[in-house]
Amino acid sequence: MQSHPFKHSWVPYIFVAPQIIIILIFFLWPAGQAVQQSFYREDAFGLSSEFVGFLNYAEVLDDPEYTSTVLFTLLFSALVTVFSIALSLLLAVQANQVIRGADTYKTLLMWAYAIAPPAAGLIGGLLFSPLVGDLYQLLNNIGFDFNHNRNSSDAIFVVVLIAVWKQLSINFIFFLSGLQSVPNSVLEAARIDCPGAIKRFWTITFPLLAPTTFFLLVINTTYAFFETFGIIDLTTKGGPGGSTTTLVYKIYQDGFLGADFGGSSAQSVMLMVFVVVLTVFQFKFIDKKVHY
Amino acid sequence: MQVKTVINKKRLQALFRHSVLISGALFLVMPLWIALMSSTHSPEALFREGLQFLPGSYGYETYSQILMGSDLLSAPAWRMLLNSLILGLGFAIGKVIISMIAAYALVYFRFPLAVPLFWMIFMTLLLPLEVRIIPSYEVVAKLNLLNSYTGLIVPLIASATGTFFFRQFYRSVPAELLEAARIDGAGPLRFFIDILIPLSTTMMAAIFIIMFVAGWNQYLWPLLMTTDPEYYSIVIGIRQVFQTLNEGGTLPQFNIAFGLTVLATIPPVLVVVIFQKMFVKGLVETEK
Repeated sequence: MQSHPFKHSWVPYIFVAPQIIIILIFFLWPAGQAVQQSFYREDAFGLSSEFVGFLNYAEVLDDPEYTSTVLFTLLFSALVTVFSIALSLLLAVQANQVIRGADTYKTLLMWAYAIAPPAAGLIGGLLFSPLVGDLYQLLNNIGFDFNHNRNSSDAIFVVVLIAVWKQLSINFIFFLSGLQSVPNSVLEAARIDCPGAIKRFWTITFPLLAPTTFFLLVINTTYAFFETFGIIDLTTKGGPGGSTTTLVYKIYQDGFLGADFGGSSAQSVMLMVFVVVLTVFQFKFIDKKVHY
Repeated sequence: MQVKTVINKKRLQALFRHSVLISGALFLVMPLWIALMSSTHSPEALFREGLQFLPGSYGYETYSQILMGSDLLSAPAWRMLLNSLILGLGFAIGKVIISMIAAYALVYFRFPLAVPLFWMIFMTLLLPLEVRIIPSYEVVAKLNLLNSYTGLIVPLIASATGTFFFRQFYRSVPAELLEAARIDGAGPLRFFIDILIPLSTTMMAAIFIIMFVAGWNQYLWPLLMTTDPEYYSIVIGIRQVFQTLNEGGTLPQFNIAFGLTVLATIPPVLVVVIFQKMFVKGLVETEK
């Protein structure tokens, strides 16, 4: 394909222009602004700003709240990724092997892809609400002193559960299609060589799913970092005491609600750098261990 | 004897599989079912008896209040549904068109700026809107685009996921087609319109569905962008109701909160379920 492209034409410039213009205005300009603002500090009225060097960065890094936000974000994305990948793999393996009701199961397990995170947050939050929540009643009746508005660990439990719930469907879709693309001949040969079903899964099938798992690892980390904003905003609002504040939630809180543009920009820039490093790391180190 | 144990083992296995799948399905479906059922009960009943598993008789009241307007909502839900539809469609249409043509330029042409432009587009994949949300807001404010559909939709298109989907797809199109078209004297535009677009229809539909759902479900960006209730999407409406629930004072209107969430959820879920095959195919093929 690439060996015989069209040459000498105005067409590619016109065709690529809308995309590039949108990126320039709504990607590079804001990203540049974030970098610039991270070195400036505005006065209380937003009338003037002065160059402060790395002061905003130093303050953010010195802030114990920021450290706990980083730790929570890492813990949160690890929990969400591990549980949603493990559960969806279990479900996909079973769904791949049933005959009766297979299509119904698939539909019931993949529809939640389409639910908006805030909608999931609202429903999940109300299930655990002290006022009406059945799960709140249940947990307290069986002896837990449960209240996600007061206890940090309960709050973390609630946001992780809702985030996993919402993410199961997409992982399920990818695992199921990964399983369906394993050639039958491979499975038959495996059945002869390796009679134990569980051992067969871990030695033959799972390594064949490695590219899918790797891909889902990237997707789920991104999801936990960025797309869970709506879940957190409609359940714990980052509380109690900042215990469920993710990095993106803190940028929003400090920048939009707190009007600390310098600090929030410094956080944005650090998050951008972190995401780029993480992506490169995932591709360099994990990707190598995956056999395609 | 041996045959019998084998059959028993198979049965046990099937039993295990079905129970895992049924538990999984219940786990996923129950919260939405409870939301749907609870929305058909009065707020008093919900407050007294907790969440509901069976239909009640208050559904008409709940949904007519939501759709026609209620004190809890600064815009009636039909208006918010309309805004969500505009957001979803605008985002999906914009994204499909812009990324189709951009990917065509990148795959089928050699031109001097191709490599830097490719990297510029690739970079947007790494950094979602969320990390530069505050400066994006400021840029849109400077351009006087707050509270407008343009300001709502266009910045979301800056992330070039669609361009990569189409790039992957075009690269899988056999080179012989291009050769044949060139022998027949087709120029770049002819080839694109007469050959590539007809070949891409399934792909276009799949990406359209994925993007429609993504646009409909946007939250953080519309939250910052729209302060005028005229432009509220239904997902923003959910937040509004959530806040009134927490205000205290009067009896919290849980039925309205659940009803609005159900209304926000049904359209994208229906789209995904109805076009399931196409959507799954698009999702899985493009991410490879």
